[in-house]
Amino acid sequence: MEFTFDLNTIWFFLIGILLVGYAILDGFDLGVGALHLFVKDDLDRRIMLNSIGPVWDGNEVWLVTGGGALFAAFPHVYATVFSGFYTALMMLLFMLIFRAVAIEFRSKRPMKWWRQMWDVAFSIASIFIAFLAGVSVANLITGVPIGPDKEFIGTFWSLINPYTILVGITTVALFMMHGSIYGVMKTEGELQKKLRSWVNNTIKFFIISYLITTLATLIYYPHMIQHFKEFPALFVLAVLNMLAIANIPREISKGRDFLAFLSSCASIAALLSLFAFGIFPNFVLASNNPEYSLNIYNAASSQKTLNIMLIIALSGIPFVLAYTISIYWIFRGKVKLNNMSY
Amino acid sequence: MDVEILSRIQFAFTIAFHYIYPPLSIGIAIILVIMEGMYLKTKDKFFENMTKFWVKVFALTFAIGVATGIVMEFEFGTNWATYSRFVGDVFGSALAAEGIFAFFLESGFLAVLVFGWDKVGPKMHFFSTIMVSLGSMFSAVWIVVANSWQQTPAGFHVVGEGINARAEITDFWAMVFNPSSVDRLLHVLSGCWLAGAFLIISVSAYYLLRDRHIRFAKASIKIALVVVMIASLFQLFTGHRSAVGVHENQPAKLAAMEAVFDDQTNAPLYLFGWVDEDNQKVNFGVAIPGMLSYLIGFDSNTKVTGLNSFKKEDRPPVNIVFQAYHLMVAIGFALIGISLLGIFFWWRGTLFKQRWMLWIFVFSVLLPQIANQIGWITAEVGRQPWIVYGLLRTSEGLSKAVEAGQVLFSLILFMLIYLGLFILFIYLLNEKIKHGPEDVDSIPSEIGHPKA
Repeated sequence: MEFTFDLNTIWFFLIGILLVGYAILDGFDLGVGALHLFVKDDLDRRIMLNSIGPVWDGNEVWLVTGGGALFAAFPHVYATVFSGFYTALMMLLFMLIFRAVAIEFRSKRPMKWWRQMWDVAFSIASIFIAFLAGVSVANLITGVPIGPDKEFIGTFWSLINPYTILVGITTVALFMMHGSIYGVMKTEGELQKKLRSWVNNTIKFFIISYLITTLATLIYYPHMIQHFKEFPALFVLAVLNMLAIANIPREISKGRDFLAFLSSCASIAALLSLFAFGIFPNFVLASNNPEYSLNIYNAASSQKTLNIMLIIALSGIPFVLAYTISIYWIFRGKVKLNNMSY
Repeated sequence: MDVEILSRIQFAFTIAFHYIYPPLSIGIAIILVIMEGMYLKTKDKFFENMTKFWVKVFALTFAIGVATGIVMEFEFGTNWATYSRFVGDVFGSALAAEGIFAFFLESGFLAVLVFGWDKVGPKMHFFSTIMVSLGSMFSAVWIVVANSWQQTPAGFHVVGEGINARAEITDFWAMVFNPSSVDRLLHVLSGCWLAGAFLIISVSAYYLLRDRHIRFAKASIKIALVVVMIASLFQLFTGHRSAVGVHENQPAKLAAMEAVFDDQTNAPLYLFGWVDEDNQKVNFGVAIPGMLSYLIGFDSNTKVTGLNSFKKEDRPPVNIVFQAYHLMVAIGFALIGISLLGIFFWWRGTLFKQRWMLWIFVFSVLLPQIANQIGWITAEVGRQPWIVYGLLRTSEGLSKAVEAGQVLFSLILFMLIYLGLFILFIYLLNEKIKHGPEDVDSIPSEIGHPKA
């Protein structure tokens, strides 16, 4: 593979960074959501909800901005994937709507049925968002049928197969693990004890599904490790990934919850980096004819646009990081409910 | 129904529903800044509690705005893939800039605004309120820039032909400051301020009529009245500027707005009428002779290009644009009237004794909402048959990979879900209004008792 450090490559990785940001940040929101129904008591559920309350919609902005950046930098990827995955994406959108309004509406009324209804909506939507995100990513690994005019020529059902389902489940497991660690960090007392015991279960769930996914990838989609053979240095990422995952139970057992959380963040970042290096320089592999694949060159905007966008990104991102960090700092520590809480 | 009409209905429906909420957020946010500013200045707890109540209303509108807004970001790609390929460089850049410059700012500081009352000091909280307000307006900036580029494309060149044709940026600032963006942005923003401020006026007037939360309601109305007076008068100016811009840049749209069929000087300005498109005349119309020509050029000899000067396939639908436009203008004047009348009674010290005026206030919340919707109908239907004016037709912008059945399925689901959302929104808003602000009136205060 030729590797030139040009604007197109930079943008491939910038979009990757936005998606890593989304996965790390909204990942724990989704994980908390996926675990929500396992918590039974109303007060505990409120604590779970309020642990992500102030931050979840800022976290979702990473996805929105990632979508906008993809639109601007690689319009053909945006157009082909979004129109090609139409039905799957519509379901994802409906789930994002349900999650948003469930969080907002739940606490507004005291009735038991009302709260139970939104709890279910919140939890199911969170699980589906994670699952559909995983299925979408998996389809970039397996490749999808694409015509010479860059248009998707498959159907909804061609997106669903055992491998993409497997990756979907692995994503749910990953976010459940991530969310349970976040929960441990934000809660105290009995609820924290409960969550702490769940961390180990979710790690097991994740490691098992991750191992199966890795095996399946190696067997059925060996092109994903092509670059790793060419540049053995990239194996460092895989090693880091495993170390980060292995470090989580260690930190949890020692009660260093924040370090466990950082390890979890690192393993998500490493996982997505492995994925990004695996598919590079393609965005969307054409399963019918590799020549029709959408890559960082034939799917990109003009150099001028990429350049302008880079200036926009570089001038905006320092501010984004500054206030994201400030806001997490302001809301650090254990959740305390008050009259403005959900 | 085919993919084109279904996709257009879906886009129109989802954007129209979405557009109920961001204007409310933008309008309420600016009033939150004023209220919290008064709290910091007077140190009167009364204003803090007032701000807290409206923050709760704001949070509700904001949440639905977020939930329905993410749909818009995806929908260009899902339903208008060919359009997305064509405009990605330009339109996509504006959307990405919106994410980086507006959404992060808005959603980040929203956390402090809603949940941070006891986490940060009053000054930091006030700063966050300002940032949320700014963020919400920055979002309007980039969206209006993107849309204005569709109306009056500038700062680009078209590369490639046929299915490979794409608009590429040649001059970023010419793209941002395209001929219509500034006028339209100001017009949109004052429409948003009106939407938010009239919600506050409406709820407060309801309290006064029910004899509840008197001090809270009076103070809220006064603050909001000042905003609507400025915004409604400003709207007259930005509306005029926008119409002149349409005359210069999109003559076919102006011709549809006023039902001008043949080129003419001394063109009349209709107050109302019903357009018979087949026979090219306006029935039941009442018009001021020469006024249209006069308004767009300050000279009744200004020539207005008629629809017949455009090829039949390049003309927008006339009657719908005409009706939407005229109703918007009528509402605009009604809002000026309501604001000035309110200010007049306030000046005379009798505002809160005029129960009929308070009833007008209660229902006035609907007017800016309707005007915002039909204003956009004027702008967007008036742009037809183009998706990018003069460059790409709406029918050419569709997704080739999407079938009618898929769109029908998603459209039905959108309708069901949004109907549910709307009912829940009204229900929860009503609950919030019934609950009212927390004991604002019982808090003793030495300063700032309003006299009226």
